[in-house]
Amino acid sequence: MELFLQYIVAGVTYGTIYAIVAIGFNIIYNTTGIINFAQGEFVMLGGMTAFTLKEYMPLPLAIVSAVVITMIIGALIEMVFIRWLHKPSVLRMIIITIGLSILIRETALHIWGEGVTALPYFTGTSVTSVNLGGVFISPQVFWAVGISSIMVLLLGIFFNFTLLGKQMRACSANREAARLCGISTQNMVTFSFMLSAAIGALGGCIVSPITYVQYDSGSQLAIKGFTVAILGGLGNSTAAVAAAMILGILESFSIWALPAAYKDVVSIAIMLIILFVKPSGLFGNAAAARLKEY
Amino acid sequence: MSSKFLHIFGFAAAIVAIQIFTQLTDSSFHLTQLTMTAYYSLLVIGLCMLIGYAGQISLGHAGFFAIGGYISAFLTTHDLAVLKGKPFVASLTNLGILVMRKDTYGAELLTFNPWPACILSVCTVLIIAYVIGGPVLRLKGHYLAMATLGFGIIIYRIVLGTSSLGSADGISGVPGFSILPGVMIGGSGSGKILNYYVAWGILIAGMTCLLNLISSRVGRALSAIHGAEDAAEAMGIPTAHYKLRVFVLSAGFAAVAGVLLTHYNGSIGPSEASVMKSVRYVAIVAIGGMTSLWGAISMSLILNYFSLRGSFGTYDDAVFGVILILIMLFAPDGLIRRQVLGDLKAFFKRSAGKGVAL
Repeated sequence: MELFLQYIVAGVTYGTIYAIVAIGFNIIYNTTGIINFAQGEFVMLGGMTAFTLKEYMPLPLAIVSAVVITMIIGALIEMVFIRWLHKPSVLRMIIITIGLSILIRETALHIWGEGVTALPYFTGTSVTSVNLGGVFISPQVFWAVGISSIMVLLLGIFFNFTLLGKQMRACSANREAARLCGISTQNMVTFSFMLSAAIGALGGCIVSPITYVQYDSGSQLAIKGFTVAILGGLGNSTAAVAAAMILGILESFSIWALPAAYKDVVSIAIMLIILFVKPSGLFGNAAAARLKEY
Repeated sequence: MSSKFLHIFGFAAAIVAIQIFTQLTDSSFHLTQLTMTAYYSLLVIGLCMLIGYAGQISLGHAGFFAIGGYISAFLTTHDLAVLKGKPFVASLTNLGILVMRKDTYGAELLTFNPWPACILSVCTVLIIAYVIGGPVLRLKGHYLAMATLGFGIIIYRIVLGTSSLGSADGISGVPGFSILPGVMIGGSGSGKILNYYVAWGILIAGMTCLLNLISSRVGRALSAIHGAEDAAEAMGIPTAHYKLRVFVLSAGFAAVAGVLLTHYNGSIGPSEASVMKSVRYVAIVAIGGMTSLWGAISMSLILNYFSLRGSFGTYDDAVFGVILILIMLFAPDGLIRRQVLGDLKAFFKRSAGKGVAL
């Protein structure tokens, strides 16, 4: 029983990071209709930048600076590569964002090298653990789950109660109409890139002590995040969180049945099955999904 | 019709010219990379058929390449000597499907003959492509890209995580493949020049098949699908059927390329299945202009050759990333296309016309 719970905790930990990547996908997808294949790279950039900055400043400040820097990079990427394209085709956008992910990854390789980096635990060390009814939980797990929950909550408030958030939602509902109402849709797109870069970077910082980050961590996270995003229904962030927990727990139990080397195979197989069987996602509405453009 | 054969003839002449040039300048060591380039190009033209003519992106073609290469490598290196007494194995040996050979250390091995191994691996890839192609090709846009990417990653993870496939080291000691008596792909001591001509000969044969396919009924149906799938469907073209057939065809090209390159190199490693390889093939097709087999083949020749020579150094992957972005931003129709000539002509005509007016 304890072992069972221990696996659940491990699953939730991984689920948290998948949820963060998936939310990043959803924010950009909602405002632009683009799947940003470089989303995982934002997570990597956040973790790596914070690791470098913590040499010069206290940890909380390093994390905040890393988030801001990644945010600026996100904005720059949108302005340089995407803003001026006039109605690009989906194929073109896929290839451009894939190219961007390669470029970011290779730049990171030349800046930081191939080494694995990890931020220190926010509280305690790698061996501290809290005993909760026989289950040992690292304090970092509480940090990860706590910060992500607060983030999801804040995003909810942002999108529902602030003017900027409402403008972004208007932009995703109907771009033309939003423009007619005087919303600068171009700025909303830039803003959505900044927001999802920031969320990704923060995610990278909080999981860095647990899972480590290196220059090529991004692409794996991206495919997991995408799996979660479509599992929940593309564009639906609340459902993505639930889907992330499901995937994280399934993955952590798959180690029982399969060698650990095949862990990724399980989640990608789940993605393929969902795509083949119910592309609108577990919680999505098939009829509504058919009206969307992919 | 005749211009098509003129192109092929010109291409073949260029291949011969390159070989003669290396002979004269005493730089025949270039032929090794050029031979490998030919096999990669075989995959690229198949992929070009799928992306450019059927309009379906695939980010998983390195997976097909690797399945082909790995199955062939496994069958031709896995020693079955312990099973020698079994009647089934004995009858396979009598049929010539299994052969006794000596490895580099002189030990006796009972392994598959490369020919049946090649046929078996290509057939396996065709079946896999057919099975996954059905559901995959019903997807569009992002979903299609992600599904093929997912397939590629699964194959990569499997070859990396399976110890009987050599895990991170891959399979080495793959014997040469004598496709005809006296014509051996790879193997030790075989002729560089012969291998070069065999590889480019196979590529030109493949190219001829595809060019014929494009100018046939199938090719016209495909370009209709690429133009407007719904309209093509309304005209009575079975779009799903054609897309699947091209998908299987391009997977077959990838598998043949994988098998032959594995025998040529004598080894295969998990990096052949990596996502970066798939992206690289897509990049080459994109630079070549998507709908141009000649564009794809010439870009493949240039980029693969320089990449294999190590000209890009540690920036190898970055170069392909930058190329992808630049091409998609500024020339989404590719660099090599017929319009470039037309554009230039139009430009000069206009400036000439202005000159007269002035």
